[in-house]
Amino acid sequence: MTAPLPVQAPAALPPAFARWFAARGWRPRAHQLALLDLARAQKSALLIAPTGAGKTLAGFLPSLVDLVENPPPAPALHTLYISPLKALAVDVKRNLEIPLAEMGLDIAIETRTGDTPQNRRLRQRHTPPSILMTTPEQLALLLSYPDAPKFFASLACIVLDELHALANSKRGDLLSLGLARLARLAPAARRVGLSATVAEPEALRRYLMPQPLEGESLAEIVVAPPGALPEISIVATGLPDEEGGEARIPWSGHSARHALPAVYEAIRQNRIVLVFVNTRSQAEFVFQELWRLNDDALPIALHHGSLAAEARRKVEAAMSAGSLRAVVCTSTLDLGIDWGEVDLVVNMGAPKGASRLLQRIGRANHRLDEPSRALLVPANRFEVLECEAARAAALEGAQDGMVAREGALDVLAQHILGCACSQPFDPDGLFAEVCSAAPYRALTRGDFDKLVDFVATGGYALKTYDRFARLRPNAKLEGDMRLRAASPSVVQQYRMNVGTIVEAPMLKVRMIKRGGRRPVGGMGGRYLGEIEEYFIDQLSPGDTFLFAGHILRFEGLAETEALVTKSQSGEPMIPSYYGGKFPLSTYLASRVRRMLAHKAEWVHLPPQVREWLEMQSWRSLLPGEDNLLVECFPRGDKFYLVCYPFEGRLAHQTLGMLLTRRLDRAGARPMGFVASEYSLAIWCLRDPGLMHERHELPLGELFAEDMLGDDLDAWLAESSLLKRTFRDCAIIAGLIERRYPGHEKSGRQVTFSSDLIYNVLREHEPDHILLRATYIDAATGLLDVGRVAAMLKRIKGRIVLKRLDRVSPLAVPVLLDIGKVQVDGEASEALLSEAADKLIEEATRLV
Amino acid sequence: MYEVKDIHLETQPALAVCGVAFDLTPEGAAWWPAERLLVVADLHLEKGSAYAARGIALPPWDTRATLARLENLIARFRPRMVVALGDSFHDASADSRMAPEDAAHLARLMRGRDWIWISGNHDPAPPPQFGGTIVAELDLGPLTFRHEPRPAPATGEIAGHLHPCAAVRVRGRRLRRRCYASDGTRMVLPAFGAYAGGLNVLDRAWDGLFPGLDFHAWMMGGRTVVPVAARRLEGD
Repeated sequence: MTAPLPVQAPAALPPAFARWFAARGWRPRAHQLALLDLARAQKSALLIAPTGAGKTLAGFLPSLVDLVENPPPAPALHTLYISPLKALAVDVKRNLEIPLAEMGLDIAIETRTGDTPQNRRLRQRHTPPSILMTTPEQLALLLSYPDAPKFFASLACIVLDELHALANSKRGDLLSLGLARLARLAPAARRVGLSATVAEPEALRRYLMPQPLEGESLAEIVVAPPGALPEISIVATGLPDEEGGEARIPWSGHSARHALPAVYEAIRQNRIVLVFVNTRSQAEFVFQELWRLNDDALPIALHHGSLAAEARRKVEAAMSAGSLRAVVCTSTLDLGIDWGEVDLVVNMGAPKGASRLLQRIGRANHRLDEPSRALLVPANRFEVLECEAARAAALEGAQDGMVAREGALDVLAQHILGCACSQPFDPDGLFAEVCSAAPYRALTRGDFDKLVDFVATGGYALKTYDRFARLRPNAKLEGDMRLRAASPSVVQQYRMNVGTIVEAPMLKVRMIKRGGRRPVGGMGGRYLGEIEEYFIDQLSPGDTFLFAGHILRFEGLAETEALVTKSQSGEPMIPSYYGGKFPLSTYLASRVRRMLAHKAEWVHLPPQVREWLEMQSWRSLLPGEDNLLVECFPRGDKFYLVCYPFEGRLAHQTLGMLLTRRLDRAGARPMGFVASEYSLAIWCLRDPGLMHERHELPLGELFAEDMLGDDLDAWLAESSLLKRTFRDCAIIAGLIERRYPGHEKSGRQVTFSSDLIYNVLREHEPDHILLRATYIDAATGLLDVGRVAAMLKRIKGRIVLKRLDRVSPLAVPVLLDIGKVQVDGEASEALLSEAADKLIEEATRLV
Repeated sequence: MYEVKDIHLETQPALAVCGVAFDLTPEGAAWWPAERLLVVADLHLEKGSAYAARGIALPPWDTRATLARLENLIARFRPRMVVALGDSFHDASADSRMAPEDAAHLARLMRGRDWIWISGNHDPAPPPQFGGTIVAELDLGPLTFRHEPRPAPATGEIAGHLHPCAAVRVRGRRLRRRCYASDGTRMVLPAFGAYAGGLNVLDRAWDGLFPGLDFHAWMMGGRTVVPVAARRLEGD
C-alpha cells in the first residue's frame, strides 16, 4: 500500500473556513488538507479513511474553498456528488448544510434522486445548483439529454462516495461509463473517491481515472490514520436452559434463537444498539423473538428494504431523535448514513466477510479515538469458527480481496442507447471512450460492434428487423458515420429502463379483515410492504409467516397483491431462507481453514466447539490448510461422500451439480446432494470410497479441473439459474422492458415471457451476445465458477480420503440440513410426474 | 438440496371428449387417431416481429421454433388433416413480416393434407396466401372446433384462445405448466406458439366454462402429460 502523503506546509484556508474550525476548537485534519493541496494542483485522488474521520468534509472542502475564492458569475454546476444510496445523498446534503450555514456561505446544494419532483428536475437542468448530489442512475439520465454537453461544461469536481461499495458491481460499470463520458464533456474536472479501507486500493485508483491506450493511470492516494481498534466479543453459548444445564451451541440452523436472551441483555445494558442480520426473514424472526423477551417494553424497531417506505422513514426519524433503544436491520443500514449515538453493533449469524464486518462495526460510535463495540452472535458451530476468524481479521485490520471483474456487456448495451439519446455518436469515437473506463479496458472492437448491432436491431443472424431499427444513420453530411436514436419513443423507452438494479419480482402485502375477500374499494386494507414473489409462490392459503413484525395468515392473491390477515397462531411458518445472500469470502474461508488446522488457535473457542473439533480429529481427520478432506461412510441404505472446501454455498452447489454428473457416469448412482457454506454432502447407492480404493473412480479424477468444461456447459444449458440471470441481463440490456409507459407489467408476467425468449434464443442462436453476457454473469454470480476453479487447482494432488463406519462430527451439520433445504429447481420434472403418480387411478377412470 | 429421480411415466395419456379419444402430446397438440387429425391452438406466428415493430427486438426465431415443433409432430403422425384453432397469426400483417424461408416452410408443412385455419380474434381473416380452408367453426362427428370457448354446456367443443396453464404443489414446491383443460364433454388446448404465455385455469376468465370445477388440467412436462384434478390446483 502507498504511504500517506508527507505533511507539507498546511494549505491556507480562506478566513471564513479558518474561523469556523477555530470557533469549534477543531483543526483541519492532515488528510483534509492533503486533499485540498491535491485539488489546487488539479489532481484526482482516492481518500481512504475510517468512519468518523471527516471523510465527507474532506471530499467537499476543496470545492467549497474554490466556490468561495472564485464565485461563479451565473448558476453553473461545479461539483457532482454520487453515492450508492439516495438516502445517503440526502443525509450528506444535510450534514454539509450545517457548516455552510455556520460559516454564512451561500452555496446552492441540491439533491436529485428518483423522488425529486418533475418540475424541480426540469429547473435543475436549466438553472443548476453549484453542488448536485445524486446516484449513478440519475447521472446516466442526465447524460442522455441533448443538453448534457452544456449542463456539464462547467463541472470542476466529481465526488464519488463509498466507492468501495460501488466500483465492483454492475452499478459501478454504469458509473464508470458515465465518468468516461464526463471526461469528454468536462475534461478538466478532477475526481475524488471516498472509500473505507480496502485490500487493493490500486483498483479504485485506476477506476477513478480515464485509462490511456497503453499502460495505466492511477489517481493519487491519501490514507487517513485508522481509528481506535474495535472491541469485539462473541456470544459463545446460550443462557442455561430451564433445567439449569448449559445450553448447547446448535449443530446447524441459522436462527440463533439460543443466543437471543444474551442479545436482549446487551440491548438493556446499552443506549442504542444496531442489530444487523443477513436476510429480511431473519430480521423478522429476530425482531419477533426479541419482543417476546421484552419484559421491559424497550423501544425496539425493525428496518428492512421490503417494508413500506413510510414505515422505514418512521424508524429512521425515531432513530435520529434518539428515541429507540435498538433497531433490527438488514444491510439497508450498512452504508455511511449517520444514525447518531449508536454504542453497540450486534451482528447476528456469520459475518461472511472481514470487510463487511468492519463496515458494520463502524456504524457504532462515530468518534475516531474511541473504540467501536461489537457483539458477534454465531448461530451454529461452524459460524463460531467463522466469527473467531472474522474477529481476528478485524483486529488486524485485514480486508477481503476484491474479485476482479470485467465491465458487464448488458450495462454497455444500455449505455450505448443512452449515448444515442443525447447526441448522434460515431462508433469509433464511442469505442475509444468506452475503453478509457477501467472496467472496459479489455473490451474488443468485435464485442462492441455486436453490442451496437444489438442495440440497433437485436443483433440477430436473421436480419428481418432492419426496418424496426432503434439506431439509424445520421447521414446529415457526406461521410457522416454517426448513429442516432430512431424516434422519440426510443428515447422514452431508454429513460424508463435506465439502471442496473433488477429487483426480484415483488408482490404488495395488504392486510384485510378476516373473512373479507379483498379490500373494499381499494381502501380497506393496510399496505405493509413488498415481499418476493417466489416466497409467496410457496405459500398456500392458511399458511402463516412473519412480515413487518406481525404473524400473518396468507389468504390469497388479488392481481399483484398478497392478501393477509392477522394470525392468531403463536408459531409462524418461518420463511425458508437459508444462509444469506452473501457467500463466505475467500479470505475469511482461508482463515477458517487455517484455524482448524492449528490447534494453538483453538484457545479462543468455546469449550463445546473445542470438544467437537477434538472429537473430529479422534474419529476422523481435521481439514488441513491446503488440502481437501473427503469422508465416505454408510448411513441407512446409502453411502455418503462429504467434503469440506469452505468456499461458500454457491460454489458448493455448482460443485455438487458437477460431481453428481460424474458420479452418475462412473456408476456410483448418486441420489442427491446438499451444500452448506462450509461443506458438501452427496449420497449414492454405491460407496465412492470403495470405488476409489478399487481404482474404479479415483478421487483425483472425480475432482479433476476438466469438470468445468463440457459437464458445466451441459448442466448450464438446462439450469434455471441461467434463466433467472438471462432475465436480469435482458432487462438491463433493454431487450425486455421493465415497465411500459402507462401500464406496468407485473413481475410474474416478465418472468414467464423471459423464459420463453431464453428457450427460443438458446435453441436458434446460442452464440448471441446476450447469451454470452448471461453466461459470464452466472459464472461469476450465482454459480461462483471462478471459486470452484481456484479450489480445484488448490487441492489438486492433495485430496485426503477418510473412510469411516459412520458419520463424523464435522459432517453432522450438513447432514442435518438434508430435508430442511428446498429441493433444487432442476428436479421439477420428476416432481411433476410425482403429482401424477397419486392420480393415475383417477386419470384412467376418466378415459 | 437436489434429488435425482427417475422418470417412469413415459406413455402418452389418452383423453376422451364425447367418446372421441385423443392422444395429448407433451408438445401441446392433440391427435385424433381415428380421423388422423392433428389439432393445435394459438400459434401466434410472428409475435416476435410484432414486438420488434414496437421497438422491442425480441429474438426473431419464434416462428421458426413454432414451425419446427409442428414439423416434428407432422412427421410423427402424418396427419390427413391439421386444424389450427385460431390466433394462428399474431396480427393482420404477420405474413408480410415473415421471413421468406419461414413462409416456405409453412407452405411445405401444408402440402399434401387438408389444413383448416379457424379464424381467431388476432386473425379474424387469416392471410389467404398460404392456402388451406378458412372457417369460423368446423363440425366433425360429435365435435365442434372453434377459437373461443363458449359458456357451458358446450358439449363436444374443442377450443383454444385462453392459453390454459395450471399450477400444482408437490412436496411444497409449486409447478406451473401449460395444460389441456377438459371435463370429458369439451376441451381447451394449450397455446402452441413459442412466445405465447399462459393464463391460469382458475382465473376469472374461465368462469362458466367448467361449472363446479369438475375438470382436469393435463399438465405438460418435458416428456409427459400429467392429469391433475382441478380441485388440487392453485391460482396465480
